[in-house]
Amino acid sequence: MNPKMQIENLNFYYNELQAVKGVNFKIKEHQITALIGPSGCGKSTLLRCLNRLNDVISGTKVEGGILLDGINIYSPEMDVVELRRRVGMVFQRPNPFPMSIFDNVVYGPRVLGIKRRSTLEEVVERSLRDAVLWDEVKDNLRKSGLTLSGGQQQRLCIARLLAVEPEVILMDEPCGALDPISTIKIEELMRQLKTRYTLLIVTHNMQQAARVSDWTAYMLSGELIEYGLTSEIFTRPKDKRTEDYITGKLG
Amino acid sequence: MRLFSPEQSQRIAFSLLWVGGFSVVVIVLAIVGYVLVGGLGAIDLEFLLTPPRGGLAGEGGISTVIVTTLYLIVLTLAIAGPLGIAAAIYLSEYAPAGRLTQVTRFGVETLAGVPSIVFGLFGYLVFVLVLGFGFSILAGAASLALLVLPTVIRTTEEAIKAVPQSYREASFALGATKWQTVSRVILPSALAGVITGIILTVGRTIEESAVLFVTIGASAFRMPTSVFDEGRPLALHIYYLAMETRAFDKAMATAAILIFIILLINLSTGLISQRLARGTR
Amino acid sequence: MVPRESFDRDLRQLQKQLLVLGETVDEAIAKSIDTLAKRDLALAQKLVADDALINKARYKIEERCLELIATQQPTASDLRLIIAVLHISTELERMADHAEGIAKITLMVGEEPLLKPLIDIPRMAQKARDMLKQSLKAFVEHDAAEAERICGEDDEVDALYDQVYRELLIFMLQDPRTISRATHLIWVAHNLERIADRVTNICERIIFWVTGELKEIKVSKY
Repeated sequence: MNPKMQIENLNFYYNELQAVKGVNFKIKEHQITALIGPSGCGKSTLLRCLNRLNDVISGTKVEGGILLDGINIYSPEMDVVELRRRVGMVFQRPNPFPMSIFDNVVYGPRVLGIKRRSTLEEVVERSLRDAVLWDEVKDNLRKSGLTLSGGQQQRLCIARLLAVEPEVILMDEPCGALDPISTIKIEELMRQLKTRYTLLIVTHNMQQAARVSDWTAYMLSGELIEYGLTSEIFTRPKDKRTEDYITGKLG
Repeated sequence: MRLFSPEQSQRIAFSLLWVGGFSVVVIVLAIVGYVLVGGLGAIDLEFLLTPPRGGLAGEGGISTVIVTTLYLIVLTLAIAGPLGIAAAIYLSEYAPAGRLTQVTRFGVETLAGVPSIVFGLFGYLVFVLVLGFGFSILAGAASLALLVLPTVIRTTEEAIKAVPQSYREASFALGATKWQTVSRVILPSALAGVITGIILTVGRTIEESAVLFVTIGASAFRMPTSVFDEGRPLALHIYYLAMETRAFDKAMATAAILIFIILLINLSTGLISQRLARGTR
Repeated sequence: MVPRESFDRDLRQLQKQLLVLGETVDEAIAKSIDTLAKRDLALAQKLVADDALINKARYKIEERCLELIATQQPTASDLRLIIAVLHISTELERMADHAEGIAKITLMVGEEPLLKPLIDIPRMAQKARDMLKQSLKAFVEHDAAEAERICGEDDEVDALYDQVYRELLIFMLQDPRTISRATHLIWVAHNLERIADRVTNICERIIFWVTGELKEIKVSKY
């Protein structure tokens, strides 16, 4: 089975500082892949390369390739706006726009040019259902997104993302700002989403990575140290550095 | 060894601050009160609806003056508003970080500190003479626009900067272009700040006299019908009444009207900001 | 959405795996006595070979427990359940080893006529199998009281073992030529007694899972 995304010899620089060093791995379709590692190991940077969000930061340089369905996302054939529709992102702090719930969810479709009211309403219901938020907000779509609780806001952001029908969902510490119960709900949601999308999650929380992912990649100082099945990584990692990190013996 | 105990220092500080605040209120009330007391008597419908007829006694009212002021406000806003907002958007969202942008920003900051009479003289030279507008509301508005442009740019930029970076990221991540992000997310969020900036501009317009002195002309007898007409705004009229006639009470009355208008402006600023903030909450 | 739905599913799956192993072991015990009674050497061979499959199944369960502990951070009763499953699978695998032992004795006895007709030994086997089936049911039903009760039934098996032993002892004392055949039968009975004893261990683990108490219910006489 061809991987959904493939990272080939990726090097990434913030001006002179190299944040990602020669990373190679495949992201399998309809699976959840977790990127773990200590602070500053480059995992968030790597994640942001996948939807070229790093492009907006000046002074950055990319070497190597990232393939989405076989096409390099940095090649001129790939339209950045289209890429970001196909590869969506959920952030650590929920960031709904200061608009109504309805307007939040349809932001993406509207940006793409969809105007018909009925279409938009369908999209809203579908996306909110997929994000398991519909029942909680269906009578209050006009309320501002900012009135929701943290966990609900994050699900709103996920609904907003699902509205543009992505293929890959990138999650940068999605539960970092949430309480334990909301975290568990989001984790269950991720398992449901994986049947239709491909998920890549960066997390500080090793236990979360272990609970939720099928594959795990461990990064240290910009390098990919080990990559494999989550059950293998957490029961018998091959590299001593991986073991040290997982068992908490690393600083 | 401390001179005072923490509780004592607290009490002393509190008293001093209270006295300071109280004094300011007293002073403001005194000024406003003086003006109102001196001028309210002269305000009646005739005063408001008839044009000044000149002369040492300061005959007539201030109808043309009010209309001129309104024209001036609208025109200045029309020029400085779009220009300033566009410049602010460019500077904060589009300009590449580098020498040129830094220089531009420095220029804007500097311009904000230039005394208004300089803008007046510039306006006289360029708009009244070179461009041939003559003494006119247009020349006055153009000069005023230049004067307030830095303020508009600055407050708009602040408002835009206040929009959290996370909104931009979320918008980009959904596949929006930069302009879509600016127009659909950033500007609406920054609106409250932008409007405040605009209203500050209006306030500045009304109280300006130096710039207008040399650009807008002085005739107040006829009602201005086009932007090329001369006119006399409120602040200037107060000067004239006070310095060149004996109608001190009318000067006070005009000042009272001016203060009243400023009050209205400030109140509406508050209301509009509140309304907008509630809209986005 | 039920929180941790997938983990619940995983746990139920694990329990099912254990039950399947339990049923397989029960069958093995039944077949082992069968081979002895019917002197079915072919079946005995098969039983010995199939023990490898049971070992494999047990390792799969152990691997799964390891995975779940490493990845799901179970706590409280979830953790006790996984630990209980780990231990119970070991006990079941050892029970299967005992059954295999009985089959091996059958192969050793070969065509030789039995010293005496099998009466008590099949009764022991039946009793042990009943205990096993009841314990698996108690596991499914989360029933600590039942588990404790089952432990008491081990007394019957011990009593039967006593009886078999004494009978065979008499045989051996009366005629030393029967010693070889008698010891074969004693070994079979011993294996069955051990099987029943292991069921009590399983019951202890069930009680641990349900109540959190780790206690030894019954000390075997042997």
